Amino acid sequence: MKFREWFKSGDPWIWLIGGALSISVIMVVGLLLLIAVRGFAHFWPAELVETTVSAVDGSETVILGEQVESETLPAHRVRESGQLIDEETLVVTRHLFKVGNRDLTGRDFVWHLEPALGEWHYPEDAMMVERREWGNFYGYPLRLEENGQIVAEGENLWDELQARIERANELHARIQQIERYEIGRINSQLEEIRLEERGLDHRGVTGAEREAAMADLDARRSVLEEQYEELRAQRNDLQEQNERDVLHARTANGQKVAIKVGDIVMASKNNALSLAGKAGFYWHRITDFLTGYPREANTEGGIFPAIFGTVVMVLIMSVLVTPFGVLAAIYLREYARQGPILRMIRVSVYNLAGVPSIVFGVFGLGFFVYMLGGSIDELFFPERLPAPTFGTPGLFWASLTLALLTLPVVIVSTEEGLARIPRTVREGSLALGATKWETLWKVVVPLSAPAMMTGLILAVARAAGEVAPLMLVGVVKLAPSLPVDGEFPYVHLERKIMHLGFHIYDVGFQSPNVEAARPLVYATALTLVALILILNLSAIAIRNRLREKYRSESD
Amino acid sequence: MMEEKQQETQIPSGVSVNQDRQTLNIEREDICIETRGLNLYYGEDQALKNVDLRIPRNRVTAFIGPSGCGKSTLLRCFNRMNDLIDICSIEGEILIDGQDIHHRNVDVAEHRRRVGMVFQKPNPFPKSIFENVAYGLRLQGVNDRRKLSEVVENALRSAALWDEVKDRLDDNAFGLSGGQQQRLVIARAIAIEPEVILLDEPCSALDPISTAKVEELIIQLKDRYTIVIVTHNMQQAARVSDFTAYMYMGEMVEFDDTARLFTNPRRKATEDYITGRYG
Repeated sequence: MKFREWFKSGDPWIWLIGGALSISVIMVVGLLLLIAVRGFAHFWPAELVETTVSAVDGSETVILGEQVESETLPAHRVRESGQLIDEETLVVTRHLFKVGNRDLTGRDFVWHLEPALGEWHYPEDAMMVERREWGNFYGYPLRLEENGQIVAEGENLWDELQARIERANELHARIQQIERYEIGRINSQLEEIRLEERGLDHRGVTGAEREAAMADLDARRSVLEEQYEELRAQRNDLQEQNERDVLHARTANGQKVAIKVGDIVMASKNNALSLAGKAGFYWHRITDFLTGYPREANTEGGIFPAIFGTVVMVLIMSVLVTPFGVLAAIYLREYARQGPILRMIRVSVYNLAGVPSIVFGVFGLGFFVYMLGGSIDELFFPERLPAPTFGTPGLFWASLTLALLTLPVVIVSTEEGLARIPRTVREGSLALGATKWETLWKVVVPLSAPAMMTGLILAVARAAGEVAPLMLVGVVKLAPSLPVDGEFPYVHLERKIMHLGFHIYDVGFQSPNVEAARPLVYATALTLVALILILNLSAIAIRNRLREKYRSESD
Repeated sequence: MMEEKQQETQIPSGVSVNQDRQTLNIEREDICIETRGLNLYYGEDQALKNVDLRIPRNRVTAFIGPSGCGKSTLLRCFNRMNDLIDICSIEGEILIDGQDIHHRNVDVAEHRRRVGMVFQKPNPFPKSIFENVAYGLRLQGVNDRRKLSEVVENALRSAALWDEVKDRLDDNAFGLSGGQQQRLVIARAIAIEPEVILLDEPCSALDPISTAKVEELIIQLKDRYTIVIVTHNMQQAARVSDFTAYMYMGEMVEFDDTARLFTNPRRKATEDYITGRYG
């Protein structure tokens, strides 16, 4: 009886609903926490551990590095793999160390069994050097040489080293500037001249006209080549300056190593850092990660091109999808004759939202890239053929494919927004002598703007996280240049781009160095989530402002 | 169908009528709107049955009757608002100034400019107060700021709203109270200088004080405009109107001078309605 009453009171349902909500929230929060903890922890300077490892034959080696993780294994499994373990032991702990020095040992992550390890030290003098190639170096600094002359040793070595690393980084940035932008610009101009020359062939220009054109092109070319030589000399000079300083160091095992200061990104003595120093280091590495370019097959360095590519692609997608979606919805809701045909069209549009995204990718590749792009190339860029311009995956096709993918969402929300506008407001406008179009344009569309923004928010959320179709229509592992730069026409729609979602897949599953890549996967995932959040929040802020403006009528 | 009442009696309708005012005769009035044999169908349902009506110029004419009797439908015929309803079809003639409003040479938008309308619920646009009033003029291509300011001020003064909003013309119209919004909507209709103003239960969503203001406004406006008002409130019809039409089930039961209709209705059905014996 009691139970029946309790059941009838509705309490069990409330508990059920509350429970379902809690589970959903816990799952989402858990996911975000996992990504956030792993992603953020990666940049914190780890303690550098030094310890001895005794091998099976009794010989001992010293290792220095970061302890990455530990796990406990049943002893018999370890025994089966050939390691000597006491018969009484049931479980064995093993540790993964990041020992770096890939150029010397061949592998920068190694597992060691706890029983084989000696005592753990955290030497103050141990340093971690992040290099442009070969990953990290762990060891002890010995002396600093300039053109073979010792300039610093012992006490003042560390400060001198930091000063020279800073100088080397500045030189490196200048070299990058020359290589990436200035030489790039000359190359693109040379390419243009080559295309103009081919254009002459293409149009069949002959005789005196051709002579004159060729002479002009040759003159321009020789000027550019001169500039190029100049820049190259400048670059080589900088390169030479950059190779001036050499850091001599030794590994934990006593091996002597010479590292060019020009190859060092940063050096730090993690164990000697104060908390403030660690925080500074942490901040430095996060900004490097967000603003830097990737190195070493994407397993080191930053993800800036991927962030940039994602944002640009989503923005272009929004610009494409909004007018199409809004106009289609206005036609469907306001002008089309309601009937079976319209119902069929509407159902098809709604179902488009359920088509797997890879199908859109295939369609984009087949229709947009090969058919449309191929035709564009034939019409507008014949002199570049057979090298394709738009007939190959690129930013524009990726954005267009995503726009198609998100079109239903925008149409549905806009239609619902239009349907919610009260009839009285439309009538008020018509009663003042406005035509249907004027009423739509001046009253109905502004009032349903918040609904359109809702559609766009959903579209952005879906588009920014989409990966599968992009792999077919324009996203690559490593793009040589950003899609927006100082070169005319500034936005290069035909270029290939990098994308955070694809970057996660690439780093996580296609990387040769899985251990090094894993924290980057989390950090990149966190960046992607944060980016989508920022895009959505800004769209929501705009929508709320619109809602506030049109408050009483749209409710 | 309706029985003529046999003898004249004073009807204690409870509706107070201004007895001092001179009784008007429709035969001596200048007619503005005229309907001849008007039938209106929503699909199969007939909403207006053979309505013949003459509405005098520069007077206030009220339509009263129970819900669903077709008075709003009739009102919406005058500015062709029923065109918006696909299943609606009309027979018969509606003449405004002797001109058939369904003639094919008549431009609907142009026609609606001559016949303004105010609706039951205030429906300002999502724009500033100024732009709400200027809306109709901007549609006509007037964009000169000085001209607009002048018209907006005059319209707001006519609608007795100027003093309340003159300092915040650029604020959003949704910030106004319901009564202010309704007067704004009237100002918006006045701004384009129509000949006729149709009011569809303009006070049903307003509080008594706002209602009083709007009623006062209606009486002031009749010097310049022909006003037709639909109302559920018989007191209101008695207060503001010169002529009253009583409608029932799509038929025009009685149309007469307001005072005479309320004190001395010619038909039994009218008497039952105004004395509350309806239904």
